[in-house]
Amino acid sequence: MPVPILKQGDCLIASIQSALTDADLLELRDELSERVGRYRSKGVIIDVTVLDVLDSFASRTLRTMAEMIRLRGAETVIVGIQPEVAFSMVQLGLSLDGVTTVLDLEEGLAHLDRSRRARVAHAGG
Amino acid sequence: MSRTPVDDVCVAIRSDADVVAARSLGRSLAEQHGFGTTDVTMIATAISELARNILKYAHEGEIVVETVERGSMSGVSVVARDDGPGIPDVGLALQDGFSTANSLGLGLPGTRRLMDEFEIVSAPGSGTVITAIKWRR
Ligand SMILES: Nc1ncnc2c1ncn2[C@@H]1O[C@H](COP(=O)(O)OP(=O)(O)OP(=O)(O)O)[C@@H](O)[C@H]1O
Ligand SMILES: [Mg+2]
Repeated sequence: MPVPILKQGDCLIASIQSALTDADLLELRDELSERVGRYRSKGVIIDVTVLDVLDSFASRTLRTMAEMIRLRGAETVIVGIQPEVAFSMVQLGLSLDGVTTVLDLEEGLAHLDRSRRARVAHAGG
Repeated sequence: MSRTPVDDVCVAIRSDADVVAARSLGRSLAEQHGFGTTDVTMIATAISELARNILKYAHEGEIVVETVERGSMSGVSVVARDDGPGIPDVGLALQDGFSTANSLGLGLPGTRRLMDEFEIVSAPGSGTVITAIKWRR
């Protein structure tokens, strides 16, 4: 089940709609990395609200995804990790160290907006 | 939307899609048996890790999820079974960070933390059977 990716200004928003197989997740990784280049995006939001499990493979892939996107020049924000999913991840010993995670889509957009302003200020514009 | 009741779940694990199927059927069974969301998620995550190990190390096997009763306790058991290479040193495999696949080595010790009871029966050449139980509070 492919994940729809929405382009909004200089951001990409991937909203996962249903449980994903490993292959789906890897496809999302490659697709986002490619589109960041195509659209010269600066920020990527991955909405995982509907995921009811984040196991070792999924967390590892999210980390790789965020790192690939960073190397392509954009920032990744993961939004919507549910409380019970967070709890299970901690029990399992998984972490998303080095990846920005925020509560929901609204917070994610606000975060990228702050980054954009910081970039503009830094460029002296 | 009404869901059809789930009986005991037995899923053959041969592909990544089977991993998703096993955890979602296991989730339905646990929900139906009265587990709360946090417990249901822990059970689904455990199923995912055990199914993943079957794929990675034995290539195929099965996951069976059923309800269990013991005395006044009631819960679900997850059995992951395969005829793969087996685990030579179960104690070592249960240590955080031990992996023969250069992975995180969190699947087995993590699954043990997610569930209430956890047992591995395995020997080189004779496959692996892992039983994990969660009791309803
Ligand atoms: N079904 C199995 N058959 C044979 N060996 C297994 C099986 N399950 C686990 N093992 C062995 O036990 C080790 C530890 O498993 P565990 O799931 O904890 O970590 P991992 O799979 O290596 O890494 P992770 O699950 O964190 O990605 C594995 O590296 C493997 O050698
Ligand atoms: Mg594993």
